[in-house]
Amino acid sequence: MSNTDISNPTIGSGSKKINTNILAHGLREYGLLCALLIIVVFFQIATDNVLLQPLNLTNLILQNGYIVIMALGMLMVIVCGQIDLSVGSVVGFTGAMAASLMVTHEMSFIPAMILCILAGAVIGAIQGYWVAYWAVPSFIVTLAGMLVFRGLTLISLDGQSVGPFEDSFTIISTGFIPDFFGLESLHVTSLLLGIVVSVAFFVIELHQRKQAVRHGIDNGSMTMFVVKNLVLSAVIIVFSYLLASSRGMPTVLIIMGILVALYTFIMNRTTIGRRIYAVGGNAKAAKLSGINTERVIFFSFVNMGILAAFAGLLFAARLNSATPSGGYGFELDVIAACFIGGASASGGVGKVFAVVIGAFIMGVMNNGMSILGIGVDYQQVIKGLVLLGAVLIDVYTKNKA
Amino acid sequence: METILEMRGIKKSFGHVQALSHVDMVVKAGEIHAICGENGAGKSTLMKVLSGVYPHGSFDGQILYQGEVQKFSNIHDSEQRGIIIIHQELALVPMLSITENIFLGNEQSKFGVIDWNSSYNKTKQMLAKVGLLDSPDTLISDLGVGKQQLVEIAKALSKQVKLLILDEPTASLNDNDSDRLLTLLLELKSQGVTSIIISHKLNEISRVADSITIIRDGASVDYLNCRTEEVSEDRIIKAMVGRDMEDRYPKRSPKIGEVLFEVKDWCVDHPNHAAREVIKGISLHARKGEIVGIAGLMGSGRTELAMSIFGKSYGKNIRGTVSIHGKAIDVSTVRKAIDNGLAYVTEDRKGYGLLLDESIRKNTPLANLSGISNHLVTNEHQETNIAKEFRNKLRIRSADVEQHTGNLSGGNQQKVVISKWLFTAPDVLILDEPTRGVDVGAKYEIYTIIDQVAQEGKCIVMISSEMPELLGMCDRIYVMNEGKIVGEFLAKDASQEAIMRSIMKNGEN
Repeated sequence: MSNTDISNPTIGSGSKKINTNILAHGLREYGLLCALLIIVVFFQIATDNVLLQPLNLTNLILQNGYIVIMALGMLMVIVCGQIDLSVGSVVGFTGAMAASLMVTHEMSFIPAMILCILAGAVIGAIQGYWVAYWAVPSFIVTLAGMLVFRGLTLISLDGQSVGPFEDSFTIISTGFIPDFFGLESLHVTSLLLGIVVSVAFFVIELHQRKQAVRHGIDNGSMTMFVVKNLVLSAVIIVFSYLLASSRGMPTVLIIMGILVALYTFIMNRTTIGRRIYAVGGNAKAAKLSGINTERVIFFSFVNMGILAAFAGLLFAARLNSATPSGGYGFELDVIAACFIGGASASGGVGKVFAVVIGAFIMGVMNNGMSILGIGVDYQQVIKGLVLLGAVLIDVYTKNKA
Repeated sequence: METILEMRGIKKSFGHVQALSHVDMVVKAGEIHAICGENGAGKSTLMKVLSGVYPHGSFDGQILYQGEVQKFSNIHDSEQRGIIIIHQELALVPMLSITENIFLGNEQSKFGVIDWNSSYNKTKQMLAKVGLLDSPDTLISDLGVGKQQLVEIAKALSKQVKLLILDEPTASLNDNDSDRLLTLLLELKSQGVTSIIISHKLNEISRVADSITIIRDGASVDYLNCRTEEVSEDRIIKAMVGRDMEDRYPKRSPKIGEVLFEVKDWCVDHPNHAAREVIKGISLHARKGEIVGIAGLMGSGRTELAMSIFGKSYGKNIRGTVSIHGKAIDVSTVRKAIDNGLAYVTEDRKGYGLLLDESIRKNTPLANLSGISNHLVTNEHQETNIAKEFRNKLRIRSADVEQHTGNLSGGNQQKVVISKWLFTAPDVLILDEPTRGVDVGAKYEIYTIIDQVAQEGKCIVMISSEMPELLGMCDRIYVMNEGKIVGEFLAKDASQEAIMRSIMKNGEN
């Protein structure tokens, strides 16, 4: 007996929905990129072209490198349906620990860095243990962590700034990649690297698109695709040219680039990423599918701890000292970057690329407003409104779809 | 008989999707009127139109109630006129008492101060009317679903209900509670309350309904008057699906082999009350190619048995052995259970089965990620092919494999869950209420899939509350009651009466 002739009214509505879904998702990412471009153009004009001056560009990267790096870990935590409020304090604490080891106890920088990162992992493990295996809400556990590690920072620094560090340590945060060509006016290696990255990016995108087309997956129009990638390549090349015309690419940019690529790969192309999205999307279904949901949540916190410690080292190296207020309020910037990038507070949704853009939107605004001499008071108001606006747009498009 | 409600030419669309294309409905005063239709036919949409959830102007057509044209702009308007709707998902606040819930938004107050004595006494009267003996101070969370349903009705009575609408009121009730609810409806009818009931359970409809409107694909296609003609279940089904259903179950030719799956002396304690044993020493087995049913009332421990076997996902202090091919296997975690050849299709596919915000493609390999990956790196090419293969094989109706499972109908969602488990290549497939919330046409397809899997030499354990389904599909049926096996029948010797009798006989002891 044939049943295929039963008309099923939900098919029609279903296919409608998926089309608008793809549209909404596509628009989201393009929209975010456009928002970043608009903000950059706005501040470029408002600051009389100071924003994109090579020197300021370098500054922008140095200021935001650690936010981007922590946002990668925070994305995992948020996709798991959790939150980590302690990262700012962990940044301060690992900075203090680095100062204590390297300055006070004169330990050499490599073992000291390893110890600090291990400490970050342990901090993440402790917090993750309560959240994952005892089901204590992460908001509470990490709020406690935020207080504890800020307090420990103050205790270990005795309320004083400690520094300076040896040069071989500070160079990870303030150094630039070497140039192998030796031209006076242009840092050729940086420019070449920029071109290589933009070409590689294009090739990967094209490959993925081909795969998608072969499987009959609609990925939007070809024109849209080409325009998007041309704009992106142009931006990367211009960006690296600007940097090359000054001192070249900062080391932090390279570290950041490698980490972003690595986490994109983990989240999109590995079973680890799949499990993280599954746990956040429906923990009960994930558990009944044989996924060790506790372990996934636990490791997302360990990972966050490691990245926060690493960011703490970069931050201390940049300031060339550990300060009691180091990392104060960073958790808010990091979490805001994730939500501006479209991560869902209830878990299961969020993309690495979008979160990186989200971090830069925050970063450019911070930097631009500082150049304009807008007070910290107004800066906070504006940043808060941008965060709310970004999430409102998200909610609006979701309800429409 | 006087007409209380008439809906004429109701049309409602969402964007380009026509949810209701043309519905006419007449309800007489003082009767119980049933609305039948497959999932997605538009029954709930129609009730939302009636109750003002979709305000006047957002749909075409006319609503005549008590002889007047009505233009409700929200639920409050319709409640004012005595039309009360009780949704499938109950709208009670679990941590508040019965009294607080009944007068929620309608508090008995003087100058803003709540008069608790009056509230208490009125609640008591309402509860007496619906036959609920619990104290008005009882928290909703301490009541079972059946009693919660009665509280909802008491709440409706407190609002001077004239037309009571119940959307699938018995879907989550066991037979006793369902029976009680239907009796109450008949009683309210004798007091002059008109009811509209939406239900999938045809036996209930034929018991209480005075007239039936059948809805198919957003249009009313038939009106059956149960007072003047004999209305059989087959007659209703025929109108619902628009053709005859000669056979509700596929013809099977089972090839039954040696014993494949065996559970021995299985005991499980309640996860919160250590002293309470939920499963009391169950032993059962299933052979290769065999479909074994587990019958029993809701609450008899069937789901608890399955979940405790499947990776100890339920209960504490679990004792007993599970073996496959005569060898005891480790089922201490879900992963181990899966690796040892078990698969469990949950009764609650939205809560425990699917990632609703993810695509069919990403849901399919969820229980067997290593099947689409190489050293942790996933292969989306392979994944897409596998998802497509199952989509074709199980005839999942969707735009493509990228469609989110949240947008699929119940039957298609269930097929995605089954795909997920078939991709783990299990020896034993445990199905818990496999056709719950699935419409008649898709049910047949799911039965066909189950039969095919059995044909491939796997063994199937099928838990169901629908006895005709067990009798139609199974080779052998165990009967469970209060955590014990109380009967075992070969399907050819079994009947609904025999199964019920073995449950009842056990209950007497």
